[in-house]
Amino acid sequence: MEYFVQQLINGITLGSIYGLIAIGYTMVYGIVGMINFAHGDIFMVGAFLALIAFLVLVALGISTVPLALFIVLLVSMALTALYGWTVERIAYRPLRHSFRLAPLISAIGMSIVLQNYVQVAQGARVKPLPPLVHGGYTLFEGNDFAVRLSNIQIIIIITTIALMTGFSFLVARTRLGRNMRACEQDLKMAALVGIDVDRTISLTFVIGAALASVAGLMFLLYYGVVDFFIGFLAGVKAFTAAVLGGIGSLPGAMIGGILIGLIETMWSAYFSIEYKDVAAFAILIIVLIFLPTGLLGRPEVEKV
Amino acid sequence: MTAPVLMVEHLTMRFGGLVAVNDLSLVVRRKEITALIGPNGAGKTTLFNCITGFYKPTVGRLLLSHSDGKSFLLERMMEFRIARDARVARTFQNVRLFAGMTLLENLLVAQHNTLMAASGYTMLGLFGFPGYARAQRRAVDRARYWLDRVGLAERADDPAGALPYGAQRRLEIARAMCTEPVLLCLDEPAAGLNNRESAELNTFLRAIRDENGTSILLIEHDMGVVMEISDHIAVLDYGIMIADGAPAAVRNDPKVIAAYLGVADEEIAQAEASL
Amino acid sequence: MPREGEPDKPSDFLTAVKEAAIAALVAFGLFVLLIGIRTDQGPTGALVFTTRFGALAAIVAGVFVATLLRALFWRRLTLSFGQIAPASVKNAVARLTNYAAAAFLVFALVVPIIFYGNRYLLDLGILIVTYTMLGFGLNIVVGLAGLLDLGYVAFYAVGAYSYALIAQYFGLSFWICLPLAGILAAFAGILLGFPVLRLRGDYLAIVTLGFGEIIRLILLNWQSLTGGPNGIPGIPRPSFFGLPFNNSEHGFAATFGLTYSPTHRIVFLYYIILALALLTNWVTLRLRRLPIGRAWEALREDEIACRALGVNTTTTKLTAFAMGAMFGGFAGAFFATRQGFISPESFTFTESALVLAIVVLGGMGSQLGVAVAATVMLGGFELFREFDQYRMLVFGAAMVAIVIYRPRGLVATRTPSVLLGKIKDIPAPIVRDARTETPA
Repeated sequence: MEYFVQQLINGITLGSIYGLIAIGYTMVYGIVGMINFAHGDIFMVGAFLALIAFLVLVALGISTVPLALFIVLLVSMALTALYGWTVERIAYRPLRHSFRLAPLISAIGMSIVLQNYVQVAQGARVKPLPPLVHGGYTLFEGNDFAVRLSNIQIIIIITTIALMTGFSFLVARTRLGRNMRACEQDLKMAALVGIDVDRTISLTFVIGAALASVAGLMFLLYYGVVDFFIGFLAGVKAFTAAVLGGIGSLPGAMIGGILIGLIETMWSAYFSIEYKDVAAFAILIIVLIFLPTGLLGRPEVEKV
Repeated sequence: MTAPVLMVEHLTMRFGGLVAVNDLSLVVRRKEITALIGPNGAGKTTLFNCITGFYKPTVGRLLLSHSDGKSFLLERMMEFRIARDARVARTFQNVRLFAGMTLLENLLVAQHNTLMAASGYTMLGLFGFPGYARAQRRAVDRARYWLDRVGLAERADDPAGALPYGAQRRLEIARAMCTEPVLLCLDEPAAGLNNRESAELNTFLRAIRDENGTSILLIEHDMGVVMEISDHIAVLDYGIMIADGAPAAVRNDPKVIAAYLGVADEEIAQAEASL
Repeated sequence: MPREGEPDKPSDFLTAVKEAAIAALVAFGLFVLLIGIRTDQGPTGALVFTTRFGALAAIVAGVFVATLLRALFWRRLTLSFGQIAPASVKNAVARLTNYAAAAFLVFALVVPIIFYGNRYLLDLGILIVTYTMLGFGLNIVVGLAGLLDLGYVAFYAVGAYSYALIAQYFGLSFWICLPLAGILAAFAGILLGFPVLRLRGDYLAIVTLGFGEIIRLILLNWQSLTGGPNGIPGIPRPSFFGLPFNNSEHGFAATFGLTYSPTHRIVFLYYIILALALLTNWVTLRLRRLPIGRAWEALREDEIACRALGVNTTTTKLTAFAMGAMFGGFAGAFFATRQGFISPESFTFTESALVLAIVVLGGMGSQLGVAVAATVMLGGFELFREFDQYRMLVFGAAMVAIVIYRPRGLVATRTPSVLLGKIKDIPAPIVRDARTETPA
């Protein structure tokens, strides 16, 4: 029981990270109708930017952890958002009227570019970062097993909740959010009623990348290690989360993220850790086949 | 009157809360041209999609019978089986050709099942058995026949996407005819055609009915076309059939006039109050 | 279009500078941390960093200059190119492609004779032909049927492991295992294809990606069967009608009275893979002219129209998948016998992406294009061997650039699968092209 609760906490933490990445997939799919295959690598770039920003801050003498973390968050969000913007501008925008699978192929190319760019620039070896946030609370004890909720887990969960709230507000209440929803319904119509579609799409990528960078920072703090390849698996899992929650649905992305996080943690805890990624891919396939509209997605009627 | 080729019985199609077709019954007779008219959103294309299997109706029966007595319950069949076995062919409102393939290839794809059997499901054809070559020659002959009929034989080897719009519409009908249909469903065949093309289409459709003996069900907004060639007209509005009969009778039906010309809101209110 | 070809006007120049400055600023933002600062593990194990501001400045300046030049001259460049390249040049290019296929084939046949003494080039030749064959196989799925398969490497792996395991456990020869490997891979294709083929294009792509990864992870973790990360060593080599390529008195060299040389086997392997690739090519070209091939292409053009014409799209897709998988399996078996050793490392997503890039670059659906693309890509990799770490970077960028600037690939023309052949009746502009294409 205690073991289970501990896994539940770990799963929700991991799921928060997946959920934040999944929002990027779900938003872009909702609006442009493409799988942004490079989004996982944007997350990886975000983690690297956070790592380097942190090292620079320490060298500059800013060593109060909360302050440093805050600055790192801002810097990494801003720069990762710039990556999101650039990728859309270079690799996707010219393809908006190309053949059906062109954006996906371009996105695969972009994913390879980002991975290898970081590998060339920063080396292929893993980058460790000593734990910055220590401590935590023992929730309860029993059967020689203490259930702990660490401070870093608290930070991750609270930040995720805060970002989700803010983001939901943005989509529901602001002008940008309204434009985004309009574009999701019908790009051509949105353009006709005077919405700057290009700008809205750009901003969608920017926001998605910024959220992915937060996930990158959390990943860095939680695991204390990054390498250039983390984006691939995290990306696939987050995409699975987006599909599971119902692609196009924001709460769906979050719910899907947490479910995937829980499934992965429980699978590793109770079955086999070697096959945990097999489980992730298997879920992806099963969901796509049997539940392609996801939990909260709209059913799709084939247009004949 | 001839025997029915298609009987639509109590057909209802719902999308979530929206009822696109509501308890509709309709008879399409053999070797007749039946027109389906009605304002936008009346459920005409939905009915087409139910007949050709692209939608599964929520309730209702669709009985198609061949002249040799074979009959098919279309609502239980996959769309490709409806085309292959029940022999219902269709065209689309927004022309769907294989744009990158030549006209001839388009018409050969329409004869896929015949050719597939002749190629021994690929194995015999792969090793060049003569039976397949003969079947392909016959298929090309039929394609050429239909290209001649629509006046496109000279462009047989051009990509279909390079044709002007009117020719694309004709080609789509020719392609549907290559499947040797019992019932041909045409979704707005005259849309976007000029007067001359429209007149040619009328002649062509009559010829299909009289020479090939194919029954035709068509959706059309061009009343000139509808009144001139139809043997029978069914009028739909909000998913319900409001009139059904010969062109002359339908033309003078007050309900049809109201549906088309629209009725002022006050009149509706009056009508409702009087109920 | 006013002012075209007059970029020297000050307003144009200013706009260009402004554009370049913005691009440079963006580049600075992108690269300031990831290029300007390099992190490494120091002697204590903790991360230390060094600055590389020189490299950063060079890249930002490069972006500035490139954007400026592009803004100033791009329009003029494309404009003048369109003017210089008249019909005669275009026709010459078209005529060239007619001969290119034949020339390519002849060259491929004589490679072992020309480069007999050069082991390195022979190995490269084998590699290029292997990828050409994989490209041909994937071309059936992606190029003809229009199904984006991101897990093609799975079938390559199934073929390779099938051969390795069957040869190891049952001691069967390469020539018996080869068709078995193909059949098993085709079976894997059907197994995967059956549930997933009704999915939309992009979902299908992701599912196939997942399938490819699952196969690799199983190979990696099922230690008792596959040897896990250590792979399978000592895979038997193929023999020439029972004659092994070794220095024994029953060997190939001794039987034919030749001096023994290890190159014999390399040449033999080269011709095996060339024959397999040509077989794939022949089958593909043949299938294109059969109803199944036309149905594949029709499916790529418009699936809904296919269904309305009575084409069973599920079986049509399934045959494309199985056919592509089978050729992938053949190539995999060949790969295993050539290497003599296989491990899951050879079957990563990168391989799938590489083969896909070959198909996309070559021009989806074009056989010649695939062969040219495989040669250019793998040859290019070898040329820039010393820049090994940059090659995947360039390759990814090339993929993006091709999709944007040449979405139909190098060979963009499509040959009709059947002709009515009344060319003289086709209207004037088309007739002119058709006549000049046939050498007078």
